[in-house]
Amino acid sequence: MRKDLNINIHHLTRVEGHGNIVVNMTKGVLEKAQLEIVEPPRYFEAMLKERNFHEVAIITSRICGICSLGHQVTSLKATEAALGLEITEQTEVLRKILVDGATFQSNILHALFLATPDLIGVGSVFPLVNTHKDVVLAALRLKRLANDIGDVLSGRAIHPIRCVPGGFTMLPTENELELLRNRLINEGRRDAAFIMEVVAGLVDQIPVFCRDTEYISLYHDKEYGLYDGRICSSDTGLQPVENYLDVTNEFVVSHSSSKHAKNNRSSYLVGALARFNNSYELLRTEAKKAAEKLGLTAPCHNPYMNTVAQLVEVVHCIEETISRIEYLLSRGIRNEHPAQEPRHYGRGIAATEVPRGILFHDYTYNRQGSIESANCIIPTGQNLANIDDDMKKLVPEIIGESKERITKKLEMLVRAYDPCISCSVHMLDVEFIE
Amino acid sequence: MSKPRVAFFDFTSCEGCQLNKLNFENELLDLLAHVDIVEFREAMDNRSETYDIAFVEGSISTPACIERIHDIRRRSRILVALGSCAVTGGINAMKNLHPPEWVKDTVYGNDKYLFPSIPAQPVNALVKVDYEVRGCPMSTPDYLHLFKSLIIGRQPEKRDIAVCVECKLNENECVIDRGMFCLGPVTRAGCGAICPSNGQYCTGCRGTISNININGALHMLKRHGLSKHEAEKRMRMFCAFEIA
Repeated sequence: MRKDLNINIHHLTRVEGHGNIVVNMTKGVLEKAQLEIVEPPRYFEAMLKERNFHEVAIITSRICGICSLGHQVTSLKATEAALGLEITEQTEVLRKILVDGATFQSNILHALFLATPDLIGVGSVFPLVNTHKDVVLAALRLKRLANDIGDVLSGRAIHPIRCVPGGFTMLPTENELELLRNRLINEGRRDAAFIMEVVAGLVDQIPVFCRDTEYISLYHDKEYGLYDGRICSSDTGLQPVENYLDVTNEFVVSHSSSKHAKNNRSSYLVGALARFNNSYELLRTEAKKAAEKLGLTAPCHNPYMNTVAQLVEVVHCIEETISRIEYLLSRGIRNEHPAQEPRHYGRGIAATEVPRGILFHDYTYNRQGSIESANCIIPTGQNLANIDDDMKKLVPEIIGESKERITKKLEMLVRAYDPCISCSVHMLDVEFIE
Repeated sequence: MSKPRVAFFDFTSCEGCQLNKLNFENELLDLLAHVDIVEFREAMDNRSETYDIAFVEGSISTPACIERIHDIRRRSRILVALGSCAVTGGINAMKNLHPPEWVKDTVYGNDKYLFPSIPAQPVNALVKVDYEVRGCPMSTPDYLHLFKSLIIGRQPEKRDIAVCVECKLNENECVIDRGMFCLGPVTRAGCGAICPSNGQYCTGCRGTISNININGALHMLKRHGLSKHEAEKRMRMFCAFEIA
C-alpha cells in the first residue's frame, strides 16, 4: 500500500475560474487535501459602495457570466425589499421562467459539455464532435433553446438587459412566448429524452463514493424551490432567508481567495444535489421519472451524483417553463411598467437558488437610494469546505489505486460540484506532493 | 495550409465572454472546422506552447497576472483582447476609485494580506494588443467578424462612432428624451445599441469613442437633471480606467 502521495493539479480544467487541487500524504498520514482558490479577488462589495439602486443589478450580474441572471434576480429582490418596491404577478412569473431557463442552460453546459467527457474518457467535448455527433448536436440544441429563453425574456442571456428594479423595461410578445413553448414541447422534450437515454448508459462510470453531509437549499411549500422560499437544512430544518448569516458563518482560510462557510457540521453542500435531496417531492413527475432512469434516489450522499441531479432538473425546468408560459398566455401579457418609486430606505436580504446552489445578496441603502453596505454569499464559496472534507475521506479510500486514477477521481470530484470560482471570489488545480 | 492554432485565456473577469463563445451553438461546429483549439481551460484539458491567435479575457489585477500575460504575449503571434475587462479594465477598475486599503478591508477584513491585489488594468497597459472586441459581454457579431477576418487573413475594420448612431438606425425613441440617463452619445458603437433597443439606458460598457467631448456630455446630462457628480460616477462604471 502506498504510504506517500503528492498531487498538485495547477489550474484545474473544465471548471469556471482558477483553482488548484493539493493532496499531500506522508508515511500514511494525510497532511493536506484541499482545493486552493487562486482566482484574483474581485472586491464587488467595495465596488457597489455609493452606487444608485438603478445601477446595482447591472454591476452584480458581472460577478459571473454563467450565473449572471441569478445574480441579477437576487440583486433585484434584495433592492426591492430594501426600498419597498412591489412587483406584479406577471413580473414574478417572467422572472421564474428566467430562473428556470438559466438553471436549464447552466446544468446542460456543465453536465454535458464539462463533466460528461470524463465518463467517456476524453479530455474535452471537442473530440466528441466526431465520435458522438448526434449527442453533441442534441446538447447544442438544448443549450441554444435554454439561452433563447433568456434572450426572449431579458434581451440577452449573459448579463440580461430588461430586468430592472420593480419589473421589466420591455416585455416579450405573446407570439414570442408561443414560439418558445412550441420549441420546448417539440425539440426540448425530444432532445432531453434522448440525452437521458445516453447518460443512463454512462452512469456506471460515475465513481461510487458516499459521505453524508448537511444539505442546504431553498425550500418552497408549493413548488421546487428555485426562485424563492425559506432556507432548508437537512440537519436543522427551515429558517427565514433573513437569518442567512446564522447559516453561512463565513470564514477566511489562507488557501482560498474565496471565503469558506459552515453551519451545523464542519461543512455543508449546496447545489442541485442539495435541492434534489431537500425538495424531491416537489419535482415534476417527468423529472422524477428521469431520476429513476438515471439511478438517482433521494437522499443521495454521493457528491459525484450532483451532475445527474442537474440533468433531472433540466427535465423539471423544461416542464415548469412550458406550464408557466401557458399560464401567461391564458391570461395575456399586460403592458406594465416597472415600479421604481422607493417607499422606504434600509436593508434588504434576498436568496435565490442559482445553478450551483443558494445565493444571498444583502444590501443597505441610504436615504439617497445609494448603497451603504453590501454582502454577497456565493454558492461555490459555501461548497469549498465540503469539497475539502470529501477529499479527506476519499483519498484514504482510494489510496491503493494508481496515481493517475486518484488524480482523475479528485478532478472529477471537484468538477461534479460545478464550481464557479469567478463567483466565489467574487477553480481548480490538483497538487500531489510526494 | 495548416489550421491556425487558437487559444483562450482568462484573467480577472466573470468568464462571460468565454461562455459567450460556447453560446454560438449554431456556428460553433462550423468555426471549429477552420481552427485548432489548442488551449481553452474552461472547456478542455490540453495545454500548448505557442499560438497563432491568443484570445485574452479579463483585466490584470494581481502580481501573478502580470507575469502570465507577458508569458502569453511572448508565445502568441496575434493577441486579441476580448471584452470590456480586457479592453478598458471594465468594471474591475471601479475598485481603483477607492483607496486600496479600504477596498481590501471591506471584503477580507484582517485577512486582507493573504491575497495580493493591484489596481485593475486593461491588457494593453502591459503588453501589445493587436485587436480588440469590446462589450460587456463582448458583442457576438463583432467577435464573429474578427474571428472570420483573422482566419481568412483580412484586416478587420475598426468602428469608432457613438452608440447613438446605431440607436437611430434602429429607430428607437431617444432614451434621454424618455427622461432616462444614457451614455450612448460618448460610448463606442458596435453592439447594435442593444440596451436602448431593449428599453434600458446605455451603460457605456464598450468604452468611449476616441474623440469624446466629456464636457459636452456632462452638460447634456446636467440639462436633463442629472448632477455632474452622478453623471461622472455613472461614466466610471465601465470606464473607470479610461476616465479616472
